[in-house]
Amino acid sequence: MRTTRRDFLKLGGACGLVFLVFPAVKGLAAGERQEGVEGLVRKLAMTGQEGSSSAPSRAGTRKSKWGLLVDMEKCWSREGCLECILACRREHNIPDIPTPKEEIKWIWKEPFANVFPEQEHEYWPEALPEKPVVILCNHCDNPACVRVCPTKATYKRADGIVMMDYHRCIGCRYCMAACPYGARSFNFRDPRPFIKETNPSFPTREKGVVEKCNLCVERIDAGLKPACVEACPAGALIFGNLEDPNSKIREKLRSFLTIQRKSELGTRPKVYYALP
Amino acid sequence: MLVKALKGSPRYWSWMILLLMLMGVGFICYLWQLSQGLTITGLNRDVSWGLYIGQFTFLVGVAASAVMVVLPYYLHNVKAFGRITILGEFLAVSAIVMCLLFVIVDLGKPMRLFNVLLYPTPNSILFWDMVVLNGYLLLNLIIGWNVLEAEYKEVFPPKWVKILTYISIPWAISIHTVTAFLYAGLPGRHYWLTALMAARFLASAFASGPALLIILCFILKKFSRFDPGKEAIEKLSAIVAYAMIITAFFVGLELFTAFYSQVPAHGMYTLMYLFAGLEGHGKLVPFMWVFVVLAALAIVLLVIPGTRRKESTLLLACAATFISLWIEKGLALVIAGFIPNPLERVTEYAPTLPEALITLGVWATGLFLLTILYKIVISVKEEIA
Repeated sequence: MRTTRRDFLKLGGACGLVFLVFPAVKGLAAGERQEGVEGLVRKLAMTGQEGSSSAPSRAGTRKSKWGLLVDMEKCWSREGCLECILACRREHNIPDIPTPKEEIKWIWKEPFANVFPEQEHEYWPEALPEKPVVILCNHCDNPACVRVCPTKATYKRADGIVMMDYHRCIGCRYCMAACPYGARSFNFRDPRPFIKETNPSFPTREKGVVEKCNLCVERIDAGLKPACVEACPAGALIFGNLEDPNSKIREKLRSFLTIQRKSELGTRPKVYYALP
Repeated sequence: MLVKALKGSPRYWSWMILLLMLMGVGFICYLWQLSQGLTITGLNRDVSWGLYIGQFTFLVGVAASAVMVVLPYYLHNVKAFGRITILGEFLAVSAIVMCLLFVIVDLGKPMRLFNVLLYPTPNSILFWDMVVLNGYLLLNLIIGWNVLEAEYKEVFPPKWVKILTYISIPWAISIHTVTAFLYAGLPGRHYWLTALMAARFLASAFASGPALLIILCFILKKFSRFDPGKEAIEKLSAIVAYAMIITAFFVGLELFTAFYSQVPAHGMYTLMYLFAGLEGHGKLVPFMWVFVVLAALAIVLLVIPGTRRKESTLLLACAATFISLWIEKGLALVIAGFIPNPLERVTEYAPTLPEALITLGVWATGLFLLTILYKIVISVKEEIA
């Protein structure tokens, strides 16, 4: 077929453009598919969307909205207890990296004054600033991390859990910059040599991806409670459906005064701390 | 025209070979980073962005500065800039290439880069950053190449090039606005959470970019017969002067808001960390005071007409401008955004040697590309003269 170089380039360019535009259209279409008009409104409100369906269990149900309540009095009744942290580590193959520079932690303890710095004043009880508080990903309702992820590798399920897709993550660490709580860790190196005991029913991660607490989504989907909640010997961690007014967590939220971390930032966290 | 880069003096070739060696060393270090992970850098769980992203941030500003010669020439007929718009455009090309390379070397999984195209996410500013940066690269490459080729053939450039040039003007503003938005939209980083971020990026871009352009013009004048003309340099140096004053003013605004309000959440602790140290940590303090001294020196030399017009002091002022803003945008801005961390602790960061060598390799790549492009420009201009 006789054609000029110019015409060939024109056709080639047009094909190339289609090749680029097609996945964009597909991506946008997939994002809208699940939620229609509501999805459009939410898109305008800048919250991250659920994206395409390539990752497992992206659905969840609208009827549940999972939350966690930390009863600090019960937690403080057992000094030096690390059961929730150890359970999480065992369950999710979290590597035990000795340097704080590169450590991976999904749930851990921090002093009260570091967790609630804006509450601190001179006349607190003397012991309070150092009292350990268990912190983890807040699975915010308005998560900044989801908003900034360029590939939707981190996304919010309908039941409110903020998930990670380790296969899609490009390791840009924008989510780590966005998270106001320091809840996320990055795999600076291959984590496998640092895993003490591998749990074969949960994946291990690779170097170069970000990870964080997933609220034991694999256990929740099987009707179980998160590992930390189950492991707590004091029953200080209460997990439940915030949408159900009769759930234990809602009961506790009615009876205790609860505070949240950095509530002024508009992230609407779903981890509540019940003060003693 | 590309073949013009293959003919040069021994000095040209020694420069290119030096750059190739630096690129080679950087590349080898990068291969090591690919095999070991980002553990070979000084990055940590708290300061998760460092030298690479800092350099990217600074170079976006340098790239946008092409608009500072294009806008006056195309929109306001400032004929003096006629000879150097091509230099601005090609500087933008090499700066953007460096930006993209810095993003790539920073990624944990660079082989998954295509995911950004496969799963476009319009709510993510990083998505838009990729769009505007690549768009700007294409624009400047196409415009620059076609304008130069037209000059080479001694004809007028085709009409559609002008349309692209008009598009490149707001597009240039968009690249650093979007880059500033990367930082200014994050709720947890109080040093960055200021509406002034994009304006600050613009001001420092319009100081550092033209300053570099002036230095490059003098280098070209020394090593070839190309002369940008006294008027072009004078106008450029005035632009650098105003932009530098506005930059300093904006830094002052940040300091006032943070310290007069006394609200910790307005970056007060971070500014204290930068200029005085916090809780015994102060790695960036000397850098910040060098920034202050160089910026003040630059402003003084640029404001006084005598020193602005004299070649030696102008070059000193431009070097001071470039280095001081490199410290502020390329180091301080990104690193200090993470200090103190969300739990009110200070974890410092310092780049490692491999990290610095990779950075140097990327800079060498940009300079390599810039040298090739400028060599073509010079050869074309010398040939048609």
